[in-house]
Order: sequence, then structure tokens, then C-alpha cells
Amino acid sequence: MSLVTPDFGLLFWMTLIFGIVFFLLAKFGFPMITGMVDRRSERINASIAKAKEAEESLARLSEEQTKMIQEARAEQNRILKEASEARDQMIAKAKEDARSQADDIIAHARVQMEHEKEIAMRDIRRQVSLLSVEVAEKVIRKNLSTEAEQMALLDKLVDEAAHLDSKNS
Amino acid sequence: MKLTKKILLLAILFLPLKAGAVDIDMQEYLFGHVGDSYGWHITTIKGHPVSVNLPVIVRSKTSGWHCFSSRHISEGETYEGFRIAAKGEAHEGKLVEVMPSGELVKPLDISITKNVAGLMFNSLLVVLIILLAARWYRRHDATQEAPKGFAGVVEMLVTMVEDDIIKECVGKDYKRYSPYLLTAFFFIFVNNLMGIVPFFPGGANITGNIAITFVLAICTFLAVNIFGNKHYWKDILWPDVPIYLKAFPLMPAIEIIGMFTKPFSLMIRLFANILAGHVMLLGVVAVVFLTAELGAAMNAGLSVIAVFFGVFMDVLELLVAFLQAYVFTMLSSVFIGLSRQEPETE
Repeated sequence: MSLVTPDFGLLFWMTLIFGIVFFLLAKFGFPMITGMVDRRSERINASIAKAKEAEESLARLSEEQTKMIQEARAEQNRILKEASEARDQMIAKAKEDARSQADDIIAHARVQMEHEKEIAMRDIRRQVSLLSVEVAEKVIRKNLSTEAEQMALLDKLVDEAAHLDSKNS
Repeated sequence: MKLTKKILLLAILFLPLKAGAVDIDMQEYLFGHVGDSYGWHITTIKGHPVSVNLPVIVRSKTSGWHCFSSRHISEGETYEGFRIAAKGEAHEGKLVEVMPSGELVKPLDISITKNVAGLMFNSLLVVLIILLAARWYRRHDATQEAPKGFAGVVEMLVTMVEDDIIKECVGKDYKRYSPYLLTAFFFIFVNNLMGIVPFFPGGANITGNIAITFVLAICTFLAVNIFGNKHYWKDILWPDVPIYLKAFPLMPAIEIIGMFTKPFSLMIRLFANILAGHVMLLGVVAVVFLTAELGAAMNAGLSVIAVFFGVFMDVLELLVAFLQAYVFTMLSSVFIGLSRQEPETE
């Protein structure tokens, strides 16, 4: 049967033709295609990895951002609190200062007033004493015109001096 | 209904029916279509055969090389001392040299026969398909874009074979074998498909010819055994079995036979599948002519069935064309993979 016995001519041609086809395709055909496909899939894989990385870093960034915002807010609160504290402190201090200054001024004024009063009193006293001396002189001049009267006065003065001595002793 | 159809089909296939109106010798009809011939018969118009004449190249032991057109010998004439051996003679259907003594001697025959011509045409087609697709990659930056259209189809097939078959079955150094396996796949696939095309230049039964599958199987055999590693040869010659199975070399003998049966099965599988497909299709088509004498109504009815069946068979053959190319490539990959296996580390 010719069907199951390989014919020599066909074997010869098949070997030759298949050899040529194999050579051509193995040299110029398939490596080109498979190489390119491999390179493309490599590139796609690399791109996917990169995209994943970018996504991750983006997520990280947004996390950081939230954290930063939170931190900023906390800082803001802290500063505000500090500022209000400082303000309160300043106001309190100013009040304190004002009060102490006012006290000082008042004290000073009081001292001054005492002083002035004293001076005035002394002045008045001197005037009064001068006036009384003058009055006394006039009175005495008028009263001591008689002997009797002079004597009476002397007595009185002695009395008074004695009284003053006993009082002092 | 289906059963009767089948019985009818079987009867047609197995009996060398001689229809009265159109005298058809079933055996000649079938073998004429699936076999080889010196000229490529296309059709017959008004009793005149229309065929492509092909060069006959023979080397006689006595008179050296001869090269002439098949036109000179197509009707059984003797030309330059050569003629096609007639029915019943030695080397029937082949070109023989008529010796002066009247003895018929078969010369060294490397004629471009119908199958060789078909093979050349289909091979050219394969090369064109792949190189045209490869040209796309040369002209484009494939890392930036994927091919569309023709190159896209080729890429799809190439990556399918490479990813599903070669990478899976061969293992780690698949790159060394992938050009051969891809070539085998596309070669078989295109030849199978062209075999289904019913008119010139298709229709030649190339992958259903044992010489073709023989060469393909030899290529796989060489790929397996030339690059087989130490572990592979140790497994064949000194496998891990009890010593009495090796000393009396039963296992090595079986393994060595296995070395040859693997490619042998590849050869027979492809050959038989494609041949059977062609024979089935031809049988279905023959129904139209064979039933001519049964009357117009019968003939018309059966012809309709035959056409439906023919369509079914053709579609089935499309599947088989792909499947056989796939199977051949896959089994070759598996055999190569087995020859590259590393011993399991314990």
C-alpha cells in the first residue's frame, strides 16, 4: 500500500522544505514575535508594578497630609490657648501694676497731705501764738495798770506754774 | 433516520460500488484524491482534463538524470524510457524505467509531485504569514502598542501556543525549543487547513501523507534525544527499579522501544486523522454520484443529506485541523519536557 509506505521523493522534498521553513521562521519569524511579546508583557508588568507603587505612595501621601492637617490644627489650638493665657496674664498683670501704682500714688499723696497739714498746723499754731502773745500784751497792758491787779496776776502765774509742776511731776 | 444514514455511509465507504450511470471505481476515486500523483488534476471540462503539469525529476541508474514535464506521461505513454506503472504491475502508480529487457525498474524519483507542489505552496504561505507578521514588529515599537488585524491574529496564535503548550510542557529552557515547536504548529495547521480547501492550490492531502508526518516525527525525535539530559538517559538505561528488572534488561528494553514509539505515535496520529478526514469527506461527496442510478427523487434526497453531512464534516475537519496541530505540538513539547526533567532532589 502506497499510503503507509513513505515515498522517497516526498521524504526528500519534505526534509528540504521543512528545513528551509524552519530555518527562515526560527531566524526571522518567531524569535522576533515572541521576543517582542515578551518585552511588551515585561513592560506591562513593570507598568502595573509602578502604578501600584504610585497608588501606595499616593495613599501614604494623603495619610501624611491628614496627619499634617491634624498636627497643624493641634498647633493652632495650642497657640490660641497660649495667646489667650498670655492675654489674661497681661491683663491681670496690668491690673496689678495699676493697682499698686495707684496705691503708691495714694500713699504718697497721703504722706504729702499729712506733711502739708502739719506745716499748715504749725503755721496756724505760730500765728495763733503770735496773736495770743499780742492779745496777752494788750490785755496785760490794760490790766496791770493797778498794783492790785499786778499782784493778782503774779499770784495766778505762780499758781499755774505750781499746777504745771505738779502736773508734770 | 440517523442510523440509516450511517449504514448507508458505511456501505458507500466499504464497498467498491459500481454505479451504473456514472461508473465510479470507489478505490480509485478515494486513492486518487488522497494519494500523490505526477500531475495536479484540477477538474475535467467536457472530457478534457484540466491539470497543472509538474516537473518529473528522476535519476536512472543507466542513463543519469532526466527532467521533463508530467504532460508527457499523463496518459500512460512512455517518455525518455519512463512511464507510470499501470494497474497490476510492479510499483503501481509510480514512475518506472522500461528496460530494454522489458523489466520495470524504479528510478531515484524526486519529482515535484502534487504533494510536493502543495507542500511548497503551503510552506511559502506559512513563511509569508509569519514573516509578514514579524515585519509588523520590526516596523512598530511593540512595547508601546499591540498589533491589530493580521499581525494580531498571528500574535494571538503564537502566544497561545507559546504560553499554553510550550511553556507549560517543556519547562524552564523552553526558549530553545519554541522556534521548532511553533514552526511545527503553524506548518501542520496551515497544511491541514489547505487540505480542506477543495480547489487548487488547496486540496492536496499533505499532512495525511505518511512521508510528511514521518519527517515531522523524526524532527521531534531528534529534538528529544539530542538535547536529552543525563537524567533522561539514566532513566532509559538504568531506571529506578529493582535490580532484577534491569540486570535482565527488561526495563531498558521497554524504555528504548518507548523512545521510538513516542514519535511513531505522533506520525501515525497526524497521518491517520487527516487521511481519515479526507476519506470521510470524499465518501460523503461520493453519495451524490453513487445514488444517481437510484432515480431522481432518491438521488435528490440523498444529495441534500450528503450536502448537509458534507458541511458538518467540513466544520469538523476545521476543528480537527486545529486540534491535530495543537496535539502534535503539545505531545512534542511533553516529550521534550520529559527529556529535560531534572532529577527530584531528595
